[in-house]
Amino acid sequence: MSGAAPRAAAILPALLAARLAWRQLRHEPARLAAAVSGVVFACLLIFMQLGFLTALFDSAVTVQAALNADLFLLNRTTEALWRSAPFPRARLAQALALPEVERVIPLHVGNAVWRNPIDGQKRTLLLFGVDPSAGLLGFPGLAAAEMAELARGDVILFDERAKPQFGPVPALLAERGAVAAELGDRRVEVAGLFALGPTFGTEGHAVASEPTFWRILPNRGPGQVDVGAIRLRPGADAEAAARALRALLPADVMVLTKAGLIAFEKDYWANTAPIGFVFGLGVAIGMLVGCVIVYQILFSDIARHIGEYATLKAMGYANGYLVRVVMGEALILAVLGYIPGWLLGLGLYRVASARIFIPLTMDLDKSVLVFALIFVMCVVSGLVAIRKLRDADPADMF
Amino acid sequence: MRAVETRGLAHRFGDGEAARTVLHGLDLAVDAGEVVLLTGPSGSGKTTLLTLIGGLRAVQEGSCRVLGTELAGADEARRVALRRRIGFIFQHHNLLGFLTAEQNVAMALEITPVMPEPERLARARAMLAAVGIGEKAGAYPATLSGGQRQRVAIARALVHAPGLILADEPTAALDGRTGHETMTLLQRLAKEQGRTVFIVTHDPRIHDIADRIVAMEDGRIIDGTRA
Ligand SMILES: Nc1ncnc2c1ncn2[C@@H]1O[C@H](COP(=O)(O)OP(=O)(O)O)[C@@H](O)[C@H]1O
Ligand SMILES: [Mg+2]
Repeated sequence: MSGAAPRAAAILPALLAARLAWRQLRHEPARLAAAVSGVVFACLLIFMQLGFLTALFDSAVTVQAALNADLFLLNRTTEALWRSAPFPRARLAQALALPEVERVIPLHVGNAVWRNPIDGQKRTLLLFGVDPSAGLLGFPGLAAAEMAELARGDVILFDERAKPQFGPVPALLAERGAVAAELGDRRVEVAGLFALGPTFGTEGHAVASEPTFWRILPNRGPGQVDVGAIRLRPGADAEAAARALRALLPADVMVLTKAGLIAFEKDYWANTAPIGFVFGLGVAIGMLVGCVIVYQILFSDIARHIGEYATLKAMGYANGYLVRVVMGEALILAVLGYIPGWLLGLGLYRVASARIFIPLTMDLDKSVLVFALIFVMCVVSGLVAIRKLRDADPADMF
Repeated sequence: MRAVETRGLAHRFGDGEAARTVLHGLDLAVDAGEVVLLTGPSGSGKTTLLTLIGGLRAVQEGSCRVLGTELAGADEARRVALRRRIGFIFQHHNLLGFLTAEQNVAMALEITPVMPEPERLARARAMLAAVGIGEKAGAYPATLSGGQRQRVAIARALVHAPGLILADEPTAALDGRTGHETMTLLQRLAKEQGRTVFIVTHDPRIHDIADRIVAMEDGRIIDGTRA
């Protein structure tokens, strides 16, 4: 034997067992196809749940990620941006007392009813009120020139990726240069666009100046703020400044860094809102369904081949060899099911993105994670199923 | 040299009150190169004796030495190691349905995978040719006749040059002529290769292939000398 023999001798038994597993699966193509489609089904289930789950987290924080500030004040009782509770504007003035604070920018957030300019259908969007010159909002496609238009009053900028039910605003705007619309019973003019798109909290967004915001939502006033954005002097330590502000300000407000604000919002969707739980549960159920399917397949396969396995034992094959055969089958099913599962998942993601406007993206992380989950699923099913191998008793062979 | 030697070999099924002794202290010896037939009425304990000799069952009482391995008190690993040196022929051929004839035969060589694959297959094909069905190497068992399947099983039992070949009612599923043909074939190959063969049967038509016939009744050997 050559020098590579010892290493080859170590992996060869596993390869030979896997080859037997493959020959056994291949011999009955119809059963193999049924088994593989079971894995494909589980794969799709997990891909969809995971797609929604990650889309939820990604979309939930696009606004927060686009805010150009270092620290944020929120009402202590606020749970999420789309349902934020206002706090007294005086807190921002108090924050200015801290030497590291360079500037405070109030941001107002409220749900306002939009009237579709074509069919008059009413739909709620999330309206931001902010000083147009502050440069707080870094939304994609938000041009400084358009922001300047907001100073005119009763002018808004509109989310071009809002759901189509809001009306063909971008097309109308391109056609006419400005669009007259109705927001919260007030006539407004759409002077420009930006691109956020629907999130799990809202189906569309709009931006207005502070006075316009107060006119659209008359129950809100200058004394209240929903998000207090704070810019620190260059070189200031955000964590240290946050600690200092917490000591300085009354307990009715929370002080969060930008990373803290993003984590806070994600936490809401993951834990407080049932949605995160529901999709997480969906992934678990997908795995469970897959486990049951694969277990059933392997179990009945062992039962049908019990005589052949007992023969192999009589011939001198150890139990470990048969375990490798069954685990080999499980892994072959995992791979054969994952490949079409991935392709179909990609197709479903495309359909979902086009139809329900929630961008589901197939990335490497998700692909690897789902393969790992399918792999674990098949291994667990295999480990449960191999107990059945005990029934293969070579003493029964004669 | 003895291929098989038992002393006071006894076996019970069940525990306590329900326990039934089916082998009562057997003394049996089979010399290397012998072809021995074990006969006796149904239920006399022939199969039980064969499974003990083949290391398929743990020895309870007495001594059982097979190919130099003492099976009394032997653990599973020891019995698995012994089984690799034995060729088994079963009543119902027990070929793997999802493997071709040559793959089935090669399985006996795959247990200790030191032999290169081409050599394994070459030996398997040569053995199939020796049992007269070389042209069926690529056929699946389902497409073969009963006699052809039993020939594949014989090839599988012989291909790894075992020190002992054990068969239990190998002709039970075959018609008389085919049964005699396959057993004559087995006897001829065993003699050519110097193998020891121990066959359990109550088929009187194959008595002529034996060097010696051992008769059993009620768990006891009643006659071990007939030739
Ligand atoms: N696994 C078993 N459990 C209980 N009793 C058994 C078992 N196997 C065989 N026996 C009994 O042991 C006796 C001998 O059986 P066996 O060795 O199969 O005889 P033979 O092969 O000569 O027909 C029979 O009475 C049978 O019922
Ligand atoms: Mg019997």
